[in-house]
Amino acid sequence: MTSAAAAGSPVDGLLATLSIVLSLLVAAWALVATLRHRAPDRVQFAGLTALEVVLLGLAVLALVTLGGGDRPDEPGAFFGYLVTLVCLPPLAWVLARMEPTRWGSAIVCAVCLVTPVVVVRLQQTWEVLGG
Amino acid sequence: MAERVRVPERSRTNAGPGRLLIAVYILFAIAATSRAGLQIATRFGEAPVAYTLSALAALIYIVAAVGLARAGAAGRRVALACCTVELVGVVGVGVLSIADPELFPDETVWSGFGSGYGYIPLVLPILGLAWLWRTRT
Repeated sequence: MTSAAAAGSPVDGLLATLSIVLSLLVAAWALVATLRHRAPDRVQFAGLTALEVVLLGLAVLALVTLGGGDRPDEPGAFFGYLVTLVCLPPLAWVLARMEPTRWGSAIVCAVCLVTPVVVVRLQQTWEVLGG
Repeated sequence: MAERVRVPERSRTNAGPGRLLIAVYILFAIAATSRAGLQIATRFGEAPVAYTLSALAALIYIVAAVGLARAGAAGRRVALACCTVELVGVVGVGVLSIADPELFPDETVWSGFGSGYGYIPLVLPILGLAWLWRTRT
Protein backbone atom coordinates (compact mmCIF):
# COMPACT_ATOMS: atom_id res chain seq x y z
CA MET A 1 0.00 0.00 0.00
CA THR A 2 0.99 3.63 0.20
CA SER A 3 3.65 4.94 2.54
CA ALA A 4 0.97 6.48 4.74
CA ALA A 5 -0.58 3.05 5.41
CA ALA A 6 2.86 1.50 5.77
CA ALA A 7 3.74 3.78 8.66
CA GLY A 8 1.66 1.70 11.09
CA SER A 9 2.36 -1.72 9.62
CA PRO A 10 5.59 -3.56 10.38
CA VAL A 11 4.91 -6.17 7.70
CA ASP A 12 4.57 -3.80 4.78
CA GLY A 13 8.09 -2.48 4.32
CA LEU A 14 11.37 -3.41 2.72
CA LEU A 15 11.65 -6.79 4.49
CA ALA A 16 8.22 -7.93 3.27
CA THR A 17 8.99 -6.89 -0.30
CA LEU A 18 12.39 -8.56 -0.08
CA SER A 19 10.82 -11.81 1.16
CA ILE A 20 8.32 -11.83 -1.72
CA VAL A 21 10.99 -11.14 -4.36
CA LEU A 22 13.41 -13.66 -2.87
CA SER A 23 10.71 -16.33 -2.61
CA LEU A 24 9.67 -15.87 -6.23
CA LEU A 25 13.32 -16.01 -7.37
CA VAL A 26 13.86 -19.30 -5.52
CA ALA A 27 10.57 -20.62 -6.96
CA ALA A 28 11.70 -19.72 -10.50
CA TRP A 29 15.11 -21.33 -9.97
CA ALA A 30 13.49 -24.47 -8.52
CA LEU A 31 11.03 -24.61 -11.42
CA VAL A 32 13.92 -24.56 -13.91
CA ALA A 33 15.60 -27.34 -11.91
CA THR A 34 12.35 -29.35 -11.96
CA LEU A 35 11.97 -28.96 -15.71
CA ARG A 36 15.62 -29.99 -16.22
CA HIS A 37 15.13 -33.10 -14.02
CA ARG A 38 17.57 -31.73 -11.43
CA ALA A 39 17.52 -32.46 -7.70
CA PRO A 40 17.49 -29.47 -5.32
CA ASP A 41 20.91 -27.82 -5.55
CA ARG A 42 22.91 -25.57 -3.25
CA VAL A 43 21.34 -22.45 -4.70
CA GLN A 44 17.88 -23.67 -3.64
CA PHE A 45 18.98 -24.52 -0.11
CA ALA A 46 20.92 -21.24 0.19
CA GLY A 47 17.85 -19.41 -1.13
CA LEU A 48 15.60 -21.12 1.43
CA THR A 49 18.03 -20.16 4.20
CA ALA A 50 18.17 -16.53 3.06
CA LEU A 51 14.37 -16.48 2.83
CA GLU A 52 14.05 -17.87 6.35
CA VAL A 53 16.45 -15.19 7.68
CA VAL A 54 14.37 -12.44 6.05
CA LEU A 55 11.12 -13.94 7.38
CA LEU A 56 12.53 -14.23 10.91
CA GLY A 57 13.60 -10.58 10.62
CA LEU A 58 10.06 -9.73 9.60
CA ALA A 59 8.65 -11.67 12.56
CA VAL A 60 11.01 -9.92 15.02
CA LEU A 61 10.08 -6.55 13.55
CA ALA A 62 6.38 -7.40 13.94
CA LEU A 63 6.87 -8.46 17.57
CA VAL A 64 8.87 -5.31 18.36
CA THR A 65 6.12 -3.18 16.85
CA LEU A 66 3.55 -5.08 18.92
CA GLY A 67 5.69 -4.39 21.98
CA GLY A 68 5.53 -0.70 21.06
CA GLY A 69 1.74 -0.76 21.43
CA ASP A 70 0.52 -1.07 17.82
CA ARG A 71 -1.96 -3.85 17.19
CA PRO A 72 -3.12 -5.71 14.08
CA ASP A 73 -6.86 -5.66 13.49
CA GLU A 74 -7.08 -9.46 13.57
CA PRO A 75 -4.45 -10.57 16.10
CA GLY A 76 -5.41 -14.26 15.89
CA ALA A 77 -5.12 -14.42 12.13
CA PHE A 78 -1.99 -12.24 12.19
CA PHE A 79 -0.15 -14.61 14.53
CA GLY A 80 -1.45 -17.63 12.65
CA TYR A 81 0.01 -16.33 9.40
CA LEU A 82 3.23 -15.22 11.08
CA VAL A 83 3.87 -18.64 12.64
CA THR A 84 2.95 -20.42 9.40
CA LEU A 85 5.25 -18.12 7.45
CA VAL A 86 8.42 -18.84 9.42
CA CYS A 87 7.66 -22.60 9.23
CA LEU A 88 7.41 -22.71 5.42
CA PRO A 89 11.10 -22.58 4.35
CA PRO A 90 12.13 -25.22 6.94
CA LEU A 91 9.28 -27.45 5.69
CA ALA A 92 10.53 -27.10 2.11
CA TRP A 93 14.10 -27.70 3.28
CA VAL A 94 13.30 -30.94 5.11
CA LEU A 95 11.10 -32.38 2.36
CA ALA A 96 13.62 -31.40 -0.34
CA ARG A 97 16.40 -33.12 1.61
CA MET A 98 14.26 -36.27 1.79
CA GLU A 99 13.62 -36.19 -1.96
CA PRO A 100 16.89 -35.77 -3.91
CA THR A 101 15.13 -35.93 -7.30
CA ARG A 102 13.41 -33.42 -9.57
CA TRP A 103 10.38 -33.72 -7.27
CA GLY A 104 12.44 -32.22 -4.45
CA SER A 105 12.90 -29.13 -6.63
CA ALA A 106 9.15 -29.19 -7.35
CA ILE A 107 8.46 -29.11 -3.59
CA VAL A 108 10.78 -26.08 -3.16
CA CYS A 109 9.00 -24.39 -6.06
CA ALA A 110 5.52 -25.07 -4.62
CA VAL A 111 6.37 -23.84 -1.12
CA CYS A 112 8.09 -20.73 -2.49
CA LEU A 113 4.97 -19.93 -4.51
CA VAL A 114 2.80 -20.22 -1.38
CA THR A 115 5.09 -18.02 0.76
CA PRO A 116 4.34 -14.70 -1.05
CA VAL A 117 0.61 -15.43 -0.72
CA VAL A 118 1.00 -15.85 3.04
CA VAL A 119 3.05 -12.61 3.24
CA VAL A 120 0.26 -10.72 1.46
CA ARG A 121 -2.41 -12.27 3.69
CA LEU A 122 -0.29 -11.30 6.71
CA GLN A 123 -0.23 -7.70 5.45
CA GLN A 124 -4.00 -7.73 5.00
CA THR A 125 -4.64 -8.82 8.59
CA TRP A 126 -2.78 -5.70 9.76
CA GLU A 127 -4.03 -3.23 7.19
CA VAL A 128 -7.74 -3.51 8.05
CA LEU A 129 -7.18 -1.30 11.06
CA GLY A 130 -5.15 1.38 9.30
CA GLY A 131 -7.26 1.42 6.13
CA MET B 1 16.21 -42.03 4.34
CA ALA B 2 17.39 -44.58 6.86
CA GLU B 3 14.05 -46.28 7.54
CA ARG B 4 13.20 -47.06 3.93
CA VAL B 5 10.31 -49.52 4.00
CA ARG B 6 10.50 -52.72 1.96
CA VAL B 7 7.85 -51.74 -0.51
CA PRO B 8 8.46 -52.14 -4.26
CA GLU B 9 9.73 -48.83 -5.65
CA ARG B 10 6.88 -48.12 -8.05
CA SER B 11 4.15 -48.84 -5.50
CA ARG B 12 5.47 -46.40 -2.90
CA THR B 13 3.13 -43.49 -2.39
CA ASN B 14 5.66 -41.41 -0.45
CA ALA B 15 8.45 -40.89 -3.00
CA GLY B 16 8.84 -38.88 -6.18
CA PRO B 17 5.68 -36.99 -7.20
CA GLY B 18 4.03 -38.48 -4.11
CA ARG B 19 6.31 -36.42 -1.89
CA LEU B 20 5.22 -33.24 -3.70
CA LEU B 21 1.61 -34.31 -3.17
CA ILE B 22 2.31 -34.84 0.53
CA ALA B 23 3.93 -31.37 0.69
CA VAL B 24 0.79 -29.75 -0.77
CA TYR B 25 -1.41 -31.79 1.60
CA ILE B 26 0.69 -30.54 4.53
CA LEU B 27 0.27 -26.93 3.33
CA PHE B 28 -3.50 -27.40 3.14
CA ALA B 29 -3.57 -29.15 6.50
CA ILE B 30 -1.84 -26.10 8.03
CA ALA B 31 -4.10 -23.63 6.20
CA ALA B 32 -7.34 -25.43 7.03
CA THR B 33 -6.37 -26.17 10.64
CA SER B 34 -5.39 -22.58 11.43
CA ARG B 35 -8.49 -21.24 9.73
CA ALA B 36 -10.83 -23.68 11.49
CA GLY B 37 -9.10 -23.21 14.85
CA LEU B 38 -9.43 -19.45 14.62
CA GLN B 39 -13.04 -19.51 13.41
CA ILE B 40 -14.17 -21.94 16.11
CA ALA B 41 -12.26 -20.18 18.86
CA THR B 42 -13.41 -16.66 18.02
CA ARG B 43 -16.87 -16.83 16.43
CA PHE B 44 -18.31 -20.36 16.31
CA GLY B 45 -21.89 -19.11 16.81
CA GLU B 46 -21.92 -17.09 13.59
CA ALA B 47 -21.66 -20.03 11.20
CA PRO B 48 -21.53 -23.37 13.00
CA VAL B 49 -22.03 -25.44 9.84
CA ALA B 50 -19.26 -23.70 7.90
CA TYR B 51 -16.81 -23.82 10.80
CA THR B 52 -17.50 -27.47 11.65
CA LEU B 53 -16.92 -28.22 8.00
CA SER B 54 -13.62 -26.29 8.07
CA ALA B 55 -12.51 -28.42 11.00
CA LEU B 56 -13.56 -31.62 9.20
CA ALA B 57 -11.67 -30.57 6.06
CA ALA B 58 -8.60 -29.79 8.16
CA LEU B 59 -8.75 -33.23 9.78
CA ILE B 60 -9.08 -34.95 6.42
CA TYR B 61 -6.05 -33.11 4.98
CA ILE B 62 -3.97 -34.16 7.97
CA VAL B 63 -5.06 -37.80 7.79
CA ALA B 64 -4.57 -37.91 4.01
CA ALA B 65 -1.01 -36.56 4.35
CA VAL B 66 -0.24 -39.16 7.01
CA GLY B 67 -1.82 -41.93 4.93
CA LEU B 68 0.25 -41.04 1.86
CA ALA B 69 3.41 -40.68 3.92
CA ARG B 70 2.93 -44.06 5.65
CA ALA B 71 2.83 -45.72 2.23
CA GLY B 72 1.81 -49.20 3.45
CA ALA B 73 -1.42 -51.01 2.58
CA ALA B 74 -3.21 -49.39 5.52
CA GLY B 75 -1.84 -45.98 4.54
CA ARG B 76 -3.16 -46.45 1.01
CA ARG B 77 -6.64 -47.32 2.29
CA VAL B 78 -6.64 -44.29 4.57
CA ALA B 79 -5.46 -42.03 1.74
CA LEU B 80 -8.06 -43.51 -0.62
CA ALA B 81 -10.85 -42.88 1.87
CA CYS B 82 -9.65 -39.31 2.52
CA CYS B 83 -9.29 -38.39 -1.15
CA THR B 84 -12.77 -39.77 -1.87
CA VAL B 85 -14.34 -37.84 1.02
CA GLU B 86 -12.47 -34.72 -0.11
CA LEU B 87 -13.70 -35.00 -3.67
CA VAL B 88 -17.28 -35.59 -2.54
CA GLY B 89 -16.91 -32.76 -0.01
CA VAL B 90 -15.47 -30.15 -2.35
CA VAL B 91 -18.01 -30.90 -5.08
CA GLY B 92 -20.90 -31.19 -2.63
CA VAL B 93 -20.06 -28.02 -0.72
CA GLY B 94 -19.33 -26.25 -4.01
CA VAL B 95 -22.81 -27.04 -5.29
CA LEU B 96 -24.48 -26.28 -1.94
CA SER B 97 -22.64 -22.97 -1.49
CA ILE B 98 -24.02 -21.84 -4.84
CA ALA B 99 -27.50 -23.35 -4.40
CA ASP B 100 -28.01 -22.20 -0.81
CA PRO B 101 -25.47 -19.51 0.18
CA GLU B 102 -27.19 -19.03 3.55
CA LEU B 103 -26.00 -22.46 4.65
CA PHE B 104 -22.41 -21.17 4.45
CA PRO B 105 -22.43 -17.51 5.51
CA ASP B 106 -18.66 -17.60 5.90
CA GLU B 107 -16.04 -19.06 3.60
CA THR B 108 -14.70 -22.57 4.06
CA VAL B 109 -11.81 -24.22 2.26
CA TRP B 110 -14.34 -25.99 0.05
CA SER B 111 -16.72 -23.10 -0.72
CA GLY B 112 -17.21 -22.40 -4.43
CA PHE B 113 -15.27 -25.56 -5.30
CA GLY B 114 -12.23 -24.20 -3.44
CA SER B 115 -12.13 -20.95 -5.43
CA GLY B 116 -10.62 -19.09 -2.47
CA TYR B 117 -7.61 -21.36 -2.71
CA GLY B 118 -7.06 -21.31 -6.45
CA TYR B 119 -9.29 -24.40 -6.96
CA ILE B 120 -6.43 -26.50 -5.58
CA PRO B 121 -8.86 -28.20 -3.10
CA LEU B 122 -10.74 -29.49 -6.16
CA VAL B 123 -7.64 -30.65 -8.04
CA LEU B 124 -5.86 -32.15 -5.03
CA PRO B 125 -8.15 -35.18 -4.38
CA ILE B 126 -8.16 -35.96 -8.11
CA LEU B 127 -4.36 -35.93 -8.16
CA GLY B 128 -4.37 -38.00 -4.98
CA LEU B 129 -6.64 -40.65 -6.48
CA ALA B 130 -4.62 -40.66 -9.73
CA TRP B 131 -1.43 -41.11 -7.74
CA LEU B 132 -2.93 -43.98 -5.72
CA TRP B 133 -4.00 -45.58 -9.01
CA ARG B 134 -0.54 -45.13 -10.58
CA THR B 135 1.17 -46.75 -7.59
CA ARG B 136 -1.33 -49.61 -7.17
CA THR B 137 0.11 -53.07 -6.64
